[in-house]
Amino acid sequence: MLTRRSFLNAGVQGIGTVALSALLSKDLFAAKPDALGALPGLPHFAPKAKRVICLWQGGGPSHVDLFDQKPTLAKEAGKDIPAGIRGDTRLSSMSSGYAKWPAVPAIKPFARHGQCGRELSTLIPHIGSIADEICVVRSMNTEAVNHAPGVTFFMTGSQIPGRPAVGAWLSYGLGTMNEDLPAYVVMTSSDKTKTCGQLFFEHYWSNGFLPGKHQGVRFRGVGEPVPYVGNPAGVDRAARRTMLDDLQALNREHYAAAGDPEIDTRISQYEMAFRMQASVPDLLDFRNEPKAVLEMYGPDVLTPGSFANNCLIARRLAERGVRFTQLMHAGWDQHNNLFTQLELQCRDTDQPSAALVKDLKQRGLLDDTLVIWGGEFGRTPFGQNQQGQGYKGRDHFGRAYSWWLAGGGVKKGHVYGETDDFGWNVVKDSVHIHDMQATLLHLCGINHEALTFRYQGRQFRLTDVHGKLVRGLVA
Amino acid sequence: MPHPGSPLPLLATLCVGAATLSAESPTPVDFNTEVRPILSENCFYCHGPDANKRKAKLRLDVRADALAKKAFVPGDPATSELIKRLASKDPEEVMPPPDAHRTVTPAQRETLRRWIAEGAAYQEHWAFVTPVRPPLPPNGEKNPIDAFVVAKLAAARLTLSPEAPRATLLRRVTLDLTGLPPTPAETAAFLADDSADAYEKQVDRLLASPRYGERMVLPWLDAARYADSNGFQQDGDTFQWVWRDWLVRQLNADLPFDRLSTEMLAGDLLPDATPEQRLATAFNRNHILNGEGGNIAEEQRFVSLFDRVDTTATTWLGMTMACAQCHDHKYDPLTQKDYYGWLDAFNHAPERGVPGGGPSRFRLDQPLLEYPSPAQAAQLAKLQADFDARNRDLPALQNQAYAAWLAKPAKDRGMTPKELEPLLAPDRKRTAAEEKQLRAHYNKNVFPEDRKRLPALQALDAAKAAVDKFKTTADWPRVMVMSDATARDTHVLDRGAYLSKKEKVTFATPAFLPPLPADAPRNRLGLARWLFRPEHPLTARVQVNRQWQLFFGKGIVRTSEDLGVQSEQPTHRELLDWLAVEFREGGWKTKSLQRLIVTSRTYRQSSQVTPAGLKQDPENKLLGRSPRLRLPSLLLRDVALAASGLLTEKLGGAPVYPYMPPAPWESLAITKERDFTYPTSQGPDLYRRSLYTFWRRTIAPVNLFDTSARQACRVRISTTSSPLHALTMLNDPTWVEASRALAQRVWSAGDDARRLAQAYQLVLGRAPTGREPALLADLLAHQRAIYAADPKAAAALLAHGASPRDPAIPATEHAALTAACLALFNLDAAITRD
Repeated sequence: MLTRRSFLNAGVQGIGTVALSALLSKDLFAAKPDALGALPGLPHFAPKAKRVICLWQGGGPSHVDLFDQKPTLAKEAGKDIPAGIRGDTRLSSMSSGYAKWPAVPAIKPFARHGQCGRELSTLIPHIGSIADEICVVRSMNTEAVNHAPGVTFFMTGSQIPGRPAVGAWLSYGLGTMNEDLPAYVVMTSSDKTKTCGQLFFEHYWSNGFLPGKHQGVRFRGVGEPVPYVGNPAGVDRAARRTMLDDLQALNREHYAAAGDPEIDTRISQYEMAFRMQASVPDLLDFRNEPKAVLEMYGPDVLTPGSFANNCLIARRLAERGVRFTQLMHAGWDQHNNLFTQLELQCRDTDQPSAALVKDLKQRGLLDDTLVIWGGEFGRTPFGQNQQGQGYKGRDHFGRAYSWWLAGGGVKKGHVYGETDDFGWNVVKDSVHIHDMQATLLHLCGINHEALTFRYQGRQFRLTDVHGKLVRGLVA
Repeated sequence: MPHPGSPLPLLATLCVGAATLSAESPTPVDFNTEVRPILSENCFYCHGPDANKRKAKLRLDVRADALAKKAFVPGDPATSELIKRLASKDPEEVMPPPDAHRTVTPAQRETLRRWIAEGAAYQEHWAFVTPVRPPLPPNGEKNPIDAFVVAKLAAARLTLSPEAPRATLLRRVTLDLTGLPPTPAETAAFLADDSADAYEKQVDRLLASPRYGERMVLPWLDAARYADSNGFQQDGDTFQWVWRDWLVRQLNADLPFDRLSTEMLAGDLLPDATPEQRLATAFNRNHILNGEGGNIAEEQRFVSLFDRVDTTATTWLGMTMACAQCHDHKYDPLTQKDYYGWLDAFNHAPERGVPGGGPSRFRLDQPLLEYPSPAQAAQLAKLQADFDARNRDLPALQNQAYAAWLAKPAKDRGMTPKELEPLLAPDRKRTAAEEKQLRAHYNKNVFPEDRKRLPALQALDAAKAAVDKFKTTADWPRVMVMSDATARDTHVLDRGAYLSKKEKVTFATPAFLPPLPADAPRNRLGLARWLFRPEHPLTARVQVNRQWQLFFGKGIVRTSEDLGVQSEQPTHRELLDWLAVEFREGGWKTKSLQRLIVTSRTYRQSSQVTPAGLKQDPENKLLGRSPRLRLPSLLLRDVALAASGLLTEKLGGAPVYPYMPPAPWESLAITKERDFTYPTSQGPDLYRRSLYTFWRRTIAPVNLFDTSARQACRVRISTTSSPLHALTMLNDPTWVEASRALAQRVWSAGDDARRLAQAYQLVLGRAPTGREPALLADLLAHQRAIYAADPKAAAALLAHGASPRDPAIPATEHAALTAACLALFNLDAAITRD
């Protein structure tokens, strides 16, 4: 096991305050058995959410088609969106040179859902079925005009790769609740016909300048879920155990000679690795999942690498105390195929997303699990005429777009923020990316200004020098 | 009690309680080590160099300004506002304000009180003052490093540890200088050498090894955010590896650091720059490039510019310039104007800011340097010579063709302009002018057709096409390099936004540092010259500190990326200054500096940790023992390859694709724009050193763990451990195959004990001692029992990897020994540099 002495060594990471923090937090373990390795003083206050599941919708889901109904777009269909509305909005170079800005109405009707009467697209009936559980935010906004900078911005607080991702910050600040699994897990999926083309880069789950162990661990949809988690062919679990026992005996012998407590840490790392080799397969063994539960997540639930499969794994990770689960789905980049692809995307993601929320709720996990659903931006209220092929899609649009949140201390059956009649400008209760990050940390019991890491002579934090807690979202 | 500046106050402050410390301390408070850190951390954010954010117009970083605003009264802490505010219970009055989330401890308040009582003297930040060579402590140590280290230890009543056992020492220095373990023969030779300079001879041998450059390039690759692809969508491959090979060659040749740096920063601007010097500037182009559709090229170009500023400032100044991108620096005296003056040096490349498209897997942005390999250059020269030879005959061939045309009957001559027809009449005597006219017609209108028909001319054209085609093959290296060919104005950007241009600036170096030499060009070359002027306070210190970090795991200033006001106090400031002056005055010779370090008693001492040593100096800041360092994962793989005998010792070349888990780039394969199948190498390329593994910037090599992500400049070494590292070294085919090969390598040793001892020697560089042989025997016996009972498992274990297995070795025995060797690679002592 980790010993108090293990932390008083010069071999690993920055000692000094860091080691002393670790040492101090060690003493809190007895009082708080559900968090190992938290920084002293963290959480700053009682958290509403103990864990977070981020259902990332990469590519940029169209807010005006799904969450933010705009009758004006229908009324003014085909006419240019007025210059007074458009202002000097920075658009991608695919559409910034356009001479025409024809309003394109939502491609499918909206309907009211739940007791709260939330208006949502008929394309997402399952999300409609949890309308009373979720808080729709219609006033998200970002400066990013392109995918990777936009994703990087929410994940790390900067559009340029290199800083720690939010999951790494949570692992660093709050520690882990289950040492046999990584504290920060990432899973990816994409639309079946691969029309979206959004890729998944490691810097979306980077530890940045935080210690490497806080990096997100990506569970893969092909091959082994975690690289090298399985023994090589020719080595079974008993053989590995035997080998580890002899390995550890040699390590202990070396410890007697070298005296370095770090050797103790190494021994415990190898034991944790051995346990992880059992806990990962157990995590992915669905044999005991009731049929009704599997059906909730829809027909793809048993297809590895599908969004539905990942949603089910996310629930199982939540049960096992994984701090931050980041599902990344790519499928929403409809520049020239809005009328065909949007519906397919909704079909793949709508049911599993809603099922996850319902499943967490029926297990009593929703109250302290925060679920976030959204992408890097929305889509232009005007039509995109890509390569002169006609108005078949919408371009990237960061000035206003929609997300939804559920559980973990968020208001239920609520809507927050408002855009103008064209879905172009936020007119009420703006939620900038940094504000959302501040709010996420707050729900986890963290003051976003006080979770910092000294690097390059300055105190870095997820929200850079920005971010305001959005109290209106918090229950 | 330790004297100020020793590393112990922090610990004392936290663990003992500092009131006692300060009350009894006999020496005056030192501004640099004791006061500025408190002011900087807690006050400068609002009362520091940044004029825009300054509150109450008070700045505390300049004494006269602080006095003018009556922040304190020298000699009278009781009436000093600073002291009153720090102690105030009123939330409106107290400093720092509650929402700053900063706390000044009672001990720190006491330090400030004493400092004011003693007159509140200021000092310039030590790292911003030109280093002068301090006198050596008179303790008889021969190596100046030891003189300084021993003096500090003695002040704490400590001593250096005894010298490490010789085998351990040889493994340490061999790994540190070459990244590979010593061979048993090298160890035996060293153990047998009883000459006085036996160790120094080993050091010189290692410094001269070609493997040296392959080791020393690793920290440079992290600093240069080197990768073999751009990053982002499409993640186009690049040819920047040609630069990597250049750097390995220069490190092996010990090109002095000033020249190395000048060529990397501005080789293209040197008089009569050679292709190699232009190649050196690829350092500035190793950054990420975003090729996403719809992105704004100029915005991306500024992302690259900002990156170049950060990278060069971190690498050579040890300063965080990025802070001044949006506003004046909060802590260091660096203005926003300084930032953009520096940026101007990098703002003149004829680049777009985004890579080009096209069907090739390579995606590059101008300017490019064609840099063929010697083999390619030779092949091109051959093709060119063939063409040249044929081309010499062109005039004669053309004359022949012309004559033949003239001789043709009119109907076969093709369309001839009316006015020329008379000239072609038989027996017509043509004037020189007429002849010229006729020849011009032929050359323009007829010859191109003849050219396609006539065999000699066809061959000539084919030779030309072969030259052109060879230069446009996909693997013809085109390296992204620097150039100042484009005139552009540089502006201060409001809040760092590329569209918000403010005042125009031209190249300048930061005003608070020594001025640019009057005769220096105002460009990157001038920047390089400025860095190496003798009075520069930072360049030598920053580099020496990083060299120290390489051998001790941590720098003398542990924040090796930042020597500014917010940096950690140096553990041995005088030693750092002495080494910096020595490095500069000695001609910036890296190998000389490293030789001085690794031959010191400080370096050569034992790494054994004793309970007393751990208690007295838990972080080993005084260096009373050698640090034990976990090897970087790139070297752990190299050690496995070397010990097993699989290593391919080829120097340089295009990146290779060793074993990875299935479909490592599968998450990129969504794009239809290119194929992201991992092209696993065959044969010897599977066993090249890790530095040659293709580094995809978006998905780093999966089995190289705990590395810099190569997204941004990284110069600090930071090591962590995770169970995933253990899983990699236990289960990756790289290590399993290396174990099988190691077992095969030692099979001929005779019996179990000899085989195990030899394998142990190959991996750990020493013979097993004490209970180790018995424990190794247990290890093997247990594995033998497992595989004797399960021949299928034995066969499966032996099937990993592409290298051939010697069928003469019984499978059960081979499998058992393989499993034992896998355990050896995973020993803490193998993973660690003792």
